[in-house]
Amino acid sequence: MFKTFPKGGVHPPENKLAADKAIEKLGLPKQVSIPIAQHIGAPSKPVVKKKDLVKTGDVIAQNQGFVSSNIHSSVSGTVAKIDQVIDTSGFRKPCVVINVEGDEWAQGIDTSPDLIKDFSLSGEEIRQKVLEAGVVGLGGATFPSHVKLSIPEGKSVDTLIINGVECEPYLTSDHRVMLERAEEMLVGVHLLMKALGVEKALIGVESNKPDAIEYLDQLVNEDPAIDIYGLKVKYPQGGEKQLVKALLDREVPPGGLPLDVGVVVHNVGTTLAVYEAIQKNKPLVERVVTVTGKSLQDPKNLLVRIGTPVRDLIEAAGGLPEDTGKVVSGGPMMGKALKSLDTPVVKGTSGILVITEKEAKRDSEVHCIRCGKCVDVCPMGLEPYLLKQLAQMERYEELEDNAVLDCMECGSCSYTCPARLPLLDYIRLGKIHVNQIISNRKQK
Amino acid sequence: MTTTVLYTIISLSLLGAIAAIVLYVVAQKFKVYEDPRIDQVEEALPAANCGGCGYPGCRGFAEALVKADDLSQFYCPVGGNEVMQEVAKILGQEIEEKEPLVAVVRCAGSFQNCPVTTQYDGPATCAIESTLYGGETGCHYGCLGKGDCVDACDFEAIFMNEETGLPYVVDENCTACGACVTACPNDIIELRKKNKKDRKIYVSCVNQDKGALARKVCKVACIGCGKCVKVCPFDAITMENNLAYIHSDLCKLCRKCVEECPTHAIQEIGFPPRKKKKKEASEEASAKTEKKGNN
Repeated sequence: MFKTFPKGGVHPPENKLAADKAIEKLGLPKQVSIPIAQHIGAPSKPVVKKKDLVKTGDVIAQNQGFVSSNIHSSVSGTVAKIDQVIDTSGFRKPCVVINVEGDEWAQGIDTSPDLIKDFSLSGEEIRQKVLEAGVVGLGGATFPSHVKLSIPEGKSVDTLIINGVECEPYLTSDHRVMLERAEEMLVGVHLLMKALGVEKALIGVESNKPDAIEYLDQLVNEDPAIDIYGLKVKYPQGGEKQLVKALLDREVPPGGLPLDVGVVVHNVGTTLAVYEAIQKNKPLVERVVTVTGKSLQDPKNLLVRIGTPVRDLIEAAGGLPEDTGKVVSGGPMMGKALKSLDTPVVKGTSGILVITEKEAKRDSEVHCIRCGKCVDVCPMGLEPYLLKQLAQMERYEELEDNAVLDCMECGSCSYTCPARLPLLDYIRLGKIHVNQIISNRKQK
Repeated sequence: MTTTVLYTIISLSLLGAIAAIVLYVVAQKFKVYEDPRIDQVEEALPAANCGGCGYPGCRGFAEALVKADDLSQFYCPVGGNEVMQEVAKILGQEIEEKEPLVAVVRCAGSFQNCPVTTQYDGPATCAIESTLYGGETGCHYGCLGKGDCVDACDFEAIFMNEETGLPYVVDENCTACGACVTACPNDIIELRKKNKKDRKIYVSCVNQDKGALARKVCKVACIGCGKCVKVCPFDAITMENNLAYIHSDLCKLCRKCVEECPTHAIQEIGFPPRKKKKKEASEEASAKTEKKGNN
């Protein structure tokens, strides 16, 4: 029996179309637009100006404050302009546009594929290098990784969890990383363990990836510090809180972090980025992106430079099918529909999903029939139907009392609702207002 | 039989009398004094309970009015000066007349001027569309066209124009309660001075992008060129974040800025049609004849 979290969850069709496609390197684009805010926290400040020459791996935007991250040039070439680009949020955000000329890497970056196992750095040095390399959580939330490695006073950590669950349907980028770059990733796990000063690391993988579980098991056979766990296929198994509950049976308190129960969770992709940052001196300039969709000719896993327009990725997978209704950044459950194919790939882009017009159509909503299915599937134990009603009636104080901020926007409620109510849309709106109310209260 | 009826009547009358005495005593003992003027003032108010004054309903407003020493901070947008004068009379105070206001939609990004580029299929409210999607057109500042303002209006004073996708205000019905102003997530609707004959001049755009970008997504966007600021003889126009703003207190409705605006972002409403200058008129006439000749 595989472990899982006890409350709620759904099991949408997995559709892992690109699961057995090896990671391919996507050719360099002609131009990249690199947004300066690709992470949670303060946007970085551009340190280059028009006509500057940059090499791959040069810092182009400096982090601002503790919860922020460096942004590096993902290509070599000339800075064309500091402009704005429509990013995944649908709004115009500042970015650095670079014309690609050749592919010259900055000094000190090791681009060879050799596996290096060098654990001589101290925890503080590892943290510093992760900060400099601009590593953020690649699972999608893009929380700066060095923050997760700095343990505040009074807190202690005993376990590191590596998140290889990839519970979103369609997405296979983490799966491929675990199959193809597992050895490097495991070095990354040890580096993270050293930075945190923990003795134990667990890797959680959903049981729909038996090849990955088997392969990782083989690799850690003689390594007592790392354990591999197969997990039941259930969405949102990859949610931080759900994963901690499933593996360690510890409950993260509302509004808290896994840190509060002595755990730090990092994604598989992040772990690989940490390995590259420390052993290869290579900042986060590229990531694995799954390009997928039932109508796509050739779904793929691509290694893509940050800032590449989504259009290039879809071209590489056989071009945009004619009956496309939506192009989504991320998976079908939590992803966001893009407004433009010129949207650049950012650090948090785990997948590009092409949905046909027929699939994309939202069914018209009917009245809530009070079946309670949304309550059943909510992994946080909330009452989505109630939250939606309260948000609709603008009763934000009551929303706060009903723990709306515990919602992690997994979308299980909207997915399961037989009345096809847009539950999550209203809950998101409510969350924004409640957050505003709370920050206003703090200011007073 | 008769005795039963008699007993019933007597016992019930007794019960009634006792209850009346108890109620009277309680009412006297726990009597709350209420200023009779509150009722009078409430009577004078329009009973719209719209909240436009900032108080919970007309009763709440009346209570606040009676308590206040100075009425200058209070205004009932629905009743206007007439009602406020009446209230002041009841309370024995003086009140200055205020200029009546009206809601103005500061966006001209109709389907024709600002074409739809993407499709939003979420819940049909502007509140959600603005926070989670940023609009269907290239302009992230303009009207989203889902009609939150129409839903908010209690006076049937704002409606959607199906052809343009923009709301329009029925000036006669608008009470300037401000419900639509609050409802609009993009802060497009503004309360401006009503002026004589409902004449208005305002910048019908809220796009703060740089000129080239704003112009690219919308034909009638304010591009922040500053021509209107220069031409205004009353210094009524200021420029902030690539966006001109006409201060209605200072504007004397001379219409010079309207002529100057290269994108026609400044709108004039309620004015009689302009007399054409001689030169223009003759040019137009010649153009017409030319066209006819071509045909």
